[in-house]
Amino acid sequence: MTSVDASRTDSERTVRVTVNGVPREATVPVRRVLADALRDDLGLTGTHVGCAHGVCGSCTVLVDGDPVRSCLVLAVQVDGAEVTTVEGLAREDHQGGQVLHPVQEAFRECHALQCGFCTPGFLVTIAAGLEARDRSAEITEEEVDELVGGNLCRCTGYANIKKAVRHAAATMRDAQ
Amino acid sequence: MKPAPFRYADPRSLEEALDVLAADPGAKVLAGGQSLLPLLAMRLAAPATLVDVNRVPGLDAVEVTGDGVRVGALVRHAQLLRHDAAARVQPLLARATANVAHPAIRNRGTTVGSIAHADPSGEMTSVLALTGGSVTVTTAAGRETVGWQDLFVGPLETSLSGGAVVVDAFFPALPERSGTAFAEIARRKGDYAVCGAGVVVTLDADRRVSAVRASYISVGLVPEVHDLTEAVAGKPVDSADWAAAGALARTLVDPDSDIHASADYRRLLVGVLTERTLADAAREAAERTAA
Repeated sequence: MTSVDASRTDSERTVRVTVNGVPREATVPVRRVLADALRDDLGLTGTHVGCAHGVCGSCTVLVDGDPVRSCLVLAVQVDGAEVTTVEGLAREDHQGGQVLHPVQEAFRECHALQCGFCTPGFLVTIAAGLEARDRSAEITEEEVDELVGGNLCRCTGYANIKKAVRHAAATMRDAQ
Repeated sequence: MKPAPFRYADPRSLEEALDVLAADPGAKVLAGGQSLLPLLAMRLAAPATLVDVNRVPGLDAVEVTGDGVRVGALVRHAQLLRHDAAARVQPLLARATANVAHPAIRNRGTTVGSIAHADPSGEMTSVLALTGGSVTVTTAAGRETVGWQDLFVGPLETSLSGGAVVVDAFFPALPERSGTAFAEIARRKGDYAVCGAGVVVTLDADRRVSAVRASYISVGLVPEVHDLTEAVAGKPVDSADWAAAGALARTLVDPDSDIHASADYRRLLVGVLTERTLADAAREAAERTAA
């Protein structure tokens, strides 16, 4: 029987993770989910927790570039990973300000949010989806539905969110 | 909505994982976590120890041969969905995986974990059954192959012991002159299906129907494979009566009622989805059969 390393069966762990390009560290109970660690331990409250069991998509963040539900990942599981939250979508400009991501611009332009609770999950999911696809191709309605289908919004009825997806896709195509 | 406290282990080898599991009968394996973490959050499950196998090397490969597709325990649904070589050998894999939840869930959830979870509303349990597949199980005693018929015992229940780790699932290749289709009905795309169907149609060299098999999602307590051949046996592929096969399927299934759908409605959907998917599968089988 091989021995089990006691340091890997703790009830509390120190997690080192790069969040929005910045190395961060937090000591968390092993049962803490990533969404709570981002909000409570790292102070990044842009990630919203809606249903806390994977249905609503509000807490979606990128782990090593892929959208995942941060309520369905334990904080200890992202040790060594790169996480991007909604706070990491905007880029610094040359004057020390920030430039919104095309998806954020499109949400503002198309009035794609009302109460805003679900918005961070939509923004992160759509931004990753649009960056992963062939930008020169016209976006199809099927693609748009797939990009918004995993996130719940109780205010807007999705029409303006879908309009924003098409708007952002067009902006990203023209910016090539 | 916080999980009850547990001990957490993230072993770096399969041997270490088996040791931790052996040391604690209340331990549970964590892979993608897309079914397990909701159960923990709602406290429907409260294992004493979680054994996270995500850092165990060698479990993340998709191996494709002429015989079939072997999917490692850490292969995510998204990885299988975009695996073209796997889709060529067994097209049901990509077709069914496209129906598994939403992209963000597919990026994390594993195909093998979904099978070990044994949810009768899971797509991949049904595909394992329909393709005649099996899983490889490792315990302290060694390694064994468990066929799908011996794996599923009831909803969320398998025949495997608590100390076991499922290291891969094997899906046999699609036979010659065969076609497949998969479809489901859900309240919202990506939600649990009210009813789903996967089918395989096989023709003989004269393009007559020689075998028709179907398996359903969210119908029954465990995955089952139904032989629908007698409704269309020997009929030319272009004129086979797929509605008759759908009618036969409705007499073979025994769905339950729940808040989403009555048993009668599910039985109706079995007929509709069977007819619809068989027409698609037959077309594909015909394309794969030289005229």
